Amino acid sequence: MADFNVSSREQGQICIIDVKGYLDAHTAPDLENEFNKLIDNQQYKVVVNFDELNYISSAGLGVFMAYVETMREHKGDIKFSSLKDDVYNIFDLLGFPVLYEFYDNDEEAIFKFNQ
Amino acid sequence: MSKEKNIANNELVIYSSTDNLSEVREFIAAAWISYGYDNKEGMKVALSVDEACTNIIKHAYHNKANGIIKIKVENKKDKFIIKITDKGSHFDPNQVPEPNIPERQKNKRGGGLGMFLMKKLMDEVKYMNKGRTNELILVKHLN
Repeated sequence: MADFNVSSREQGQICIIDVKGYLDAHTAPDLENEFNKLIDNQQYKVVVNFDELNYISSAGLGVFMAYVETMREHKGDIKFSSLKDDVYNIFDLLGFPVLYEFYDNDEEAIFKFNQ
Repeated sequence: MSKEKNIANNELVIYSSTDNLSEVREFIAAAWISYGYDNKEGMKVALSVDEACTNIIKHAYHNKANGIIKIKVENKKDKFIIKITDKGSHFDPNQVPEPNIPERQKNKRGGGLGMFLMKKLMDEVKYMNKGRTNELILVKHLN
């Protein structure tokens, strides 16, 4: 079974989601649940920290596609931070860098939200 | 069946559950490395096979976990070939149009990226329907 873990922490008005391990079609529903919880709590400003994510398939990318519009409708966004090169390359291959903001660390992403 | 035996036979047989995707990736990565190829490229091949199997689970077996998926690996001259067979509904990945990602996002829909990603990562994607069996052949050129 794929090893995946998702957890959230708050930093002021912004929620940081930490994803760890392997994000595939089996584990993507765990990430969907995390986004559903945020929407229930009306938290729309989200930074996803990929520092400990080793692998992503299209099922994982699909989760962000399904939720980003809701966040943006409420003056929020999903921003990405701390991606390993292999993981970033998959986003890049599908053209995500023109649709999402990518940052080297959480602080830069949070700074952008607070601007 | 032990992993060692799978690799020796160059074949892995799984039930159609997403629970088994990690085993598929490990099998492909191990086969790739056993031929002495670069690990980074192996991850891309493993991702492509993950996408192919995810697609079979969803569209050929309609998320029912009792279907069989057979994955066979072959190293031929300058080609790494993966043959994936199932006995579910017919589904030709080459018929899937390129996804319009901004439009899908606007409609709050994920999905539709797997076959596109697989075709970007592999050099050849061939689908054949042989009676009740679907056969998908993925090829990575080595040079």
